[in-house]
Formats: sequence, C-alpha cells, structure tokens
Amino acid sequence: MKTTNKNRTRNIILTALSFALVLGILAYLQGNRAQYSYAISILERSAIYAVVAVAMNLLNGFTGLFSLGQAGFMALGAYTVGILTIPVELRESVYYMNGISDVIKNLHAPFGAALIIAGLVAALVAALIGIPVLRLKSDYLAIATLGFAEIIRALIASPQLDRITNGSYGLNNIPKFPNIFYTFGIAALCILLIILVIHSSYGRAFKAIREDEIAAESMGINLFRHKELAFVISSFFTGVAGGMLAMFMQSIDSKTFQVSLTYDMLLIVVIGGIGSITGSVLGAFLVTAGREWLRFCDNPLTIGGVNIPLFRPGFRMVIFSILLMVVVLFYRKGLMGTNEFSWDGLFGLIKNIPGRFRRKRKGGAQ
Amino acid sequence: MAKNVLHMEQITMQFEGVVAVNGLTLDVNEGEIVALIGPNGAGKTTAFNCVTGIYEPTLGEVSFQGKTILRNCPQGKMKKLYAGDAPMVEVKPLIQTPDAITKMGIARTFQNIRLFGNLSVFENVLIAKHMRAKQNIFSAALRLNYKEEQRMRREAMELLEQQNLAHLKDEIASSLPYGLQRRLEIARALATEPSLLLLDEPAAGMNPQETLELTQFIAQIRQDYHLSVFMIEHHMDLVMEISDRIYVLDFGRLIAQGTPDEIQNNDRVIEAYLGVTHDAEN
Repeated sequence: MKTTNKNRTRNIILTALSFALVLGILAYLQGNRAQYSYAISILERSAIYAVVAVAMNLLNGFTGLFSLGQAGFMALGAYTVGILTIPVELRESVYYMNGISDVIKNLHAPFGAALIIAGLVAALVAALIGIPVLRLKSDYLAIATLGFAEIIRALIASPQLDRITNGSYGLNNIPKFPNIFYTFGIAALCILLIILVIHSSYGRAFKAIREDEIAAESMGINLFRHKELAFVISSFFTGVAGGMLAMFMQSIDSKTFQVSLTYDMLLIVVIGGIGSITGSVLGAFLVTAGREWLRFCDNPLTIGGVNIPLFRPGFRMVIFSILLMVVVLFYRKGLMGTNEFSWDGLFGLIKNIPGRFRRKRKGGAQ
Repeated sequence: MAKNVLHMEQITMQFEGVVAVNGLTLDVNEGEIVALIGPNGAGKTTAFNCVTGIYEPTLGEVSFQGKTILRNCPQGKMKKLYAGDAPMVEVKPLIQTPDAITKMGIARTFQNIRLFGNLSVFENVLIAKHMRAKQNIFSAALRLNYKEEQRMRREAMELLEQQNLAHLKDEIASSLPYGLQRRLEIARALATEPSLLLLDEPAAGMNPQETLELTQFIAQIRQDYHLSVFMIEHHMDLVMEISDRIYVLDFGRLIAQGTPDEIQNNDRVIEAYLGVTHDAEN
C-alpha cells in the first residue's frame, strides 16, 4: 500500500499520540508504584526480554544465523553489572560465605557505565567464540552456541570462581533502576540502535547473507566479517539486557540463566515472527504477560464442588507449550511474519475484516 | 596486442580421484568476449569457480590484470592422489575468498540464478554497492554516512534505469519472470563495478527471441561499461555471434581454441559434441 500525503500526516499524528499514551501510562504507573507493582514488574520484564528478542532476531531473523547462546551472554552481562554495581559497603555481606576477591572488592561503576561494560564483555566474548563457531552452519551453530551458554553457566557456578561470582549463592543487593522510565528508556534506545543497524547498508548485507551466502560473497560481502559483526552486535545488546535483568531482579544466580531462558527468547521471536522487529517486541510483551495470565492454571481449581484434576503447579507450562505448538503448526510465520507494524497496515487489516467474513461465507456456500 | 585481463595457467581442480579441470590455460584480453564451451560435465563451471574463489584450485595460477590473485599446488594427501596432466611444482599457496576477488573487479552470475529472492529488485542491486562504500558499522548505524548512502542509492537507481528495470524496483526479486531475473542478476553483477564479467550460461532456459536480445545486451554492456566478458554458454548461435575467441573443454581438458570460424570447422570439437569417440550428447 502506498502512503499518500494525507495518510502520512495521519500516521505521524497517530505515532505521536501513541507515544504520548505510552508515556502517560508509564507516568501513571510510576506515580502509583505501590499499587501497581505487579503490573510494573511484568512490563519491565517484558521490555528487557524485548531487547533480547530483538537482538536475537538480528542474528536469527536477519542474518540467518541460528544461535542459541542468549542465556550465556545474558549471564555475562548480568554478572558484570552485579559485580560492578553492588554497593561497596554491602559486599562483605553478599560474599559472606566465600569472601570477596581483592580484584573486584572496590571495583564500582554507576549503573549506566556498568550496563555498557556488560555489553562490551558479552561482545568481546562473542568476538572470541565467534571465530571458531561461526564457521558452522544452521543446526551445528545452534548446538555449539547452546553448549557455550551452558559452559558460561557452569563456569559461573564453579567453586573456582566463588570469590568473584559467589558460586551457587549468587549475587544480591544489586541496586534497582531509580524508576521505570530508565528501564523503558534504555530498552527503547537499544531497540532503536538495532533498528538503525538493520536499516543501514550493513543490515542489507546481513539480509543478503541470510538469502544466499554464495551470492552474498560474490557481491563482495566478506562472510566471516559480517557474520562476526552481527554476532558481536547481537551479543552486545543481549549483554546489556542481561545487566538490566540483574538490576530488575536484584538478585541473580547461575540458575537464572538456564537453557530455558534461551527457549523463552526463542519462543518470543517465533511467536512475534522471525524477521520482524515489531513482532519481537509484541511477542515479548505477550509471552511475558501471557505467562502471568495463565497463572490461574497453577492453582487447584474447583468448579461446583468438583476438583478439576489437571490444575496444579506446572500446568501453566503445559498450556504454554501447547500454545507454542499451535503457533508453529498453524501460524508458522508468527504474529507479524517478516512484516513490520505500520498504521497503513493496521487500517488495511481493519478494513479487510468485513471482506474476509464475506469471502468466507461465499466459500462455505459453494 | 590488447592488454591481458585474465590469465589462467595450468588450472587443475581435482575432487578426491576425479580431475574435473585438467591443466586449463587460457587468456581473456581487454575488451574481448571469450566463450568457454563444451559438453555437459566438461568442467566449465568448475573452471569459473576456480577463478572466483569458490573453489581452491588444486594446482595452477590465476592472474588478473597482470597480478597473481590465486596460486596453489597439491597439499597434504592430495600430493599422493594428484592425477592431473600438469607437472606438480611446489609454490607458495595464495588463496583468496570470493569477496576479495569481486572487490578486485571480477563479477559473476550463476548458472542457477542466485538472486536475493525475498528482497526487492532495488535492494538486490544496492547490496552490491555495499563493498565499495566508505563507511563502518558505527557511521552506518548512526547515519553519519548519509552522503555515501545517497550515492549508493543513486548509483543503484541509475543502473536499474540503464537496464530498463527501474519500473520494477519495488518488486520482490523472486517474483520476476525468468528472463528478467537473468537481467537483474547481470545488473547486480555490474553494480560491483567490475572490469571482467563472468557469465555462467546466461541464455539457459531462454527461447530464441530472448537469446537474440541477450546477445545484443551482452555486446551493449561490454561497450557501455568497458568490460571484458568471459562466458559459458550452450547456445551456439549466441556464442558464434558475439565471441571473439572460443575455448572448448572436454572431460576437463582443453581440446581446441580459436575464433568462431576455426572452432566450427575443428574436427575434435565436432567429435566431442557429436560423440564419435564418446557417448552421444544431446
């Protein structure tokens, strides 16, 4: 659909209005923080997951590299932020069991700097493991990165690093974001930067690699350099998001970053649509919120005095997995496919709804 | 004597026990259209892949505009397996990736069209401009390369206009009809600003009318872009019409070379094609 001038003005107004609406909601939630703490925590987690999902999409959806190392890079980011931001005076009590290494004892950074360092640590590790791993293709790359994430988790939990990562006790007393604008602001900034990369000349090169590696190479695109670049950028933002997660949760341990975390991200990307940024953002909010909405499945349910047998802790995840299967089976492209959200698209969709019903009825009559 | 553009010296490509290309030596001079012909399975595409860096030749040397760009001799277990005609000489290997070779000015198309199928016609050409742009990831992401980006877009658009593809610029590449896909693939190759263009069966699957148009098209772009063209082709009318010189390959070996007239009357070529000594070729 071509955007006419009239529509463009309308789109700008609508975009401005929705931004104002989001800001208004955030301001309202911030003002009544105590009352809405549950909703806020869901929204904050969604925003953080959205960053990871968009970063994952850059790699899986746009460059065509099927990587499953997200939990590992998030762990690196989270621990970097944890180590750098726990107030120095509280460190003795955090590390009461194993003692704290002298190297990190007085190492402190404000959270902004800590988040950037978290990203850089993840990016550096990605650059190093990318050298051997990015020579692999599709499934093999997924297995290698999955293994890498597990190695990171095992290293963090290993007794040899007790004095740095606090081993199985994990880190706590990590300071929170001062208010929810920080969480959403940083998340939005990260996503914006990734969008800028995708729409740049490099983003086009990434897409070329996804479409056809041999053709991309014969167009002068150095495969290794560009794959490494995509991997490093994606890992940087995954690391930042890991740091944000640490600040959001305030206490972390190696169990936070199990493979299931990577699967959650994969779920978000798949439900949102592989190759769609807005899809990933939408997916992050839907999946995180959906998980909470389904919480009632975890409680024993009694209807008219009859106890429904399946409703017990853990059932929520069963429902969730079934939903995933339904999406993969019947709606393979996810919510957005490879399209991005646009007002024109939305209005087109609304306009088409009556038409769609009409066509269906006609089809039924034949 | 025109300047030499591409020189292949004793190029041999051996896969395990099979010698696909056997001691191929050939030249492409500036401004020439040179054709490489031969029955199916003669090793023509393999020879192309050796030039463009997709394969590492087992033995031999490729130079481009007087400069050696690829060099190799049998390594490791290939030393024992080597079964080519060319003598085995120890040289220091020089291996380059396909993108480095494209950057030097050799562009190619593929036998089975390899467009970026899900991207638009415009993006397909624009991607070819990426390699020569002066930018890095930071300047590109933060839009500090604004002028460079504008230039890339302008040049890509100009190219589409020259190739009469401008009206299709927003179409998805895979949705184009076959003939136009071929045209787009050539346009995309031209966008890398090559001085040598390798065409792998550009007329494959075309009817006589389309083939005729393609013949004129190739002659035209040679003139417009000051190209040398090296192509593999099965359509003999096309080959005989526009080639300056022809090389004939059979079972990996060069069996004849010369002008179209010479090739048409060469007994060995007729033999290879009509299968007097070997099985018949359709």
